[in-house]
Amino acid sequence: MRPDNGRAVRIGIGGPVGSGKTALVAALCRSLAGDLRLAVVTNDIYTTEDADFLRRAGVLPDERIRAVETGCCPHTAIRDDISANLDAVEDLEDRHAPDLVLVESGGDNLTATFSKGLVDHQIFVVDVAGGDKVPRKGGPGVTTADLLVINKTDLAELVGADLGVMARDAAARRGDLPTVFLSLVGDPAAAPVADWVRARVAAGPAGRSTAAASVPAEPAGRPTVAGSVPAGHEGRPTVAASVPAGHEGRPTVAASVPAGPAGRPTVAAPPGHSHLADSAGAPPGDEPRANRTSLPVPAAATPSDADLLAGPSPATASSGRLDVPTNPADAAPAQAPSGGGTAPVDMSATTDGAG
Amino acid sequence: MSLSTLLVLADGRLPSGAHAHSGGVEAAVAAGRVHDLPTLESFLLGRTATTGVVSATFAAATCHALTGPAANPTATPETAVAGPGERVGGARVERVRDLDDGLDARTASPALRAASRAQGRAVLRAATRIWPAGVARTPALGSVHHPTAIGIAAAAAGLEPAQAGLVAVYGGLTGAASAAVRLLGLDPYAVHGLVAALAHECDRVAADAAGRVDDPVDDLPAGSAPLLDVDAEHHATWEVRLFAS
Repeated sequence: MRPDNGRAVRIGIGGPVGSGKTALVAALCRSLAGDLRLAVVTNDIYTTEDADFLRRAGVLPDERIRAVETGCCPHTAIRDDISANLDAVEDLEDRHAPDLVLVESGGDNLTATFSKGLVDHQIFVVDVAGGDKVPRKGGPGVTTADLLVINKTDLAELVGADLGVMARDAAARRGDLPTVFLSLVGDPAAAPVADWVRARVAAGPAGRSTAAASVPAEPAGRPTVAGSVPAGHEGRPTVAASVPAGHEGRPTVAASVPAGPAGRPTVAAPPGHSHLADSAGAPPGDEPRANRTSLPVPAAATPSDADLLAGPSPATASSGRLDVPTNPADAAPAQAPSGGGTAPVDMSATTDGAG
Repeated sequence: MSLSTLLVLADGRLPSGAHAHSGGVEAAVAAGRVHDLPTLESFLLGRTATTGVVSATFAAATCHALTGPAANPTATPETAVAGPGERVGGARVERVRDLDDGLDARTASPALRAASRAQGRAVLRAATRIWPAGVARTPALGSVHHPTAIGIAAAAAGLEPAQAGLVAVYGGLTGAASAAVRLLGLDPYAVHGLVAALAHECDRVAADAAGRVDDPVDDLPAGSAPLLDVDAEHHATWEVRLFAS
């Protein structure tokens, strides 16, 4: 499993304070420890608290966890001056030859991203309690992370967060990049994220040809399901996997609409398709239009970095416009979970882009 | 020699790990000894006169050991100046090792020794990527102290010993000043006013350092501030801290 070019696959996990980065890291360690050699670097702003949490949780042996101090500047340590983190990562690689090093950033803000000199891929974690406007606010973390995790979906009802709005806004911001809805209460293994990470490890560190990756490619146009993330151009998934978790923690269909307040999927998914693994077997084209979280990306259409930064809405990708689609039917590709009272889009808040 | 190259190496934005070290300011702030501009000024003066002088001297001597004319007039091929592309010879490397040992002896606090070596690794990492050919001329020395690494980086960048010394003393000054801005919320203009007022002192320290590059290691400055050492040991045990040192 270990990549043959001598270093581990490095995945950064960033996101605002309290969004559940450390809990996600712990869940990933539990899920992946059986089949991958793991190490973790934490960047808690103030202390070694995150590292201590992981140690207490017993998810990894002590010597595979490193804490890095960041001098009041968590974003500096993962982006501008990555030396302390590289030092820790390389030391762990030298000592333990891990397949995967997770680098958890200190809690920061929506502009924090990892340097490509430090990690191969990055996951950005936001939570529903931070407000359902967070995906719409965008910022480099939400817009460009290789995987966006919208965490703590079990709290959505309590804090009045509209998961449908978050799903729609995330898709608009991120284009083809995948988004996962997660509740560690219901899914302590963080299964969809763990599967995504497995696929990245299988593909090897950045710089290696993804053509040799053992990740199965799926026919374009099929909704991606967690567990079989296809490697598309540049190793990126070709379709956005938006995997909502139901309130019982049961993942519903791979659609952009999370479960409604009562915990029932609001998209009409056949009972047999209410689990991700099942929906993978659904024949292409059977899914309702609403289940498609993005348009298929032709293999030849390799997006430039600028495209990825811009994160065009799938519905407007061809025009290059960044704003949320004006057609209400497209803007709300599926029924909003909170019912008909939800305005499709607050256009006043989407002032970026060509609009 | 290039002034711009000097600025590159002295820039606080150089990715060399400096932002995570407070130069003892965090502990001094917690102890209440540094709490405003006048107390910060005293701290910076004291630090420059002790740690600053030692750092500058050893950085300059390291740079000289790798680039300067041989101290021994009966130069052997090993002690002769290495031309561009040539590997640096054994006697010069031996001198660098001696200087690094000298820094060990001058750094009483184990926590500060660890912090110095961590920063040394970060500087070497940066230099290796930024001036690969220059660094490649020096045999791998393993983990070295911060001033040693600055000397190696300066040599690799084509700078002179006085400039290596300047990078060391100025970096120590601005690192501590910047940490005070972050920790105390001091007016950044006022703090940079303090830094600017110490510019001549930095120049003087660097010039002195350049004048002693051939001195035996044991004769080089050994100024220390016991409170910095004691504070560093306490700081390393804190559960909650913002800076690595």
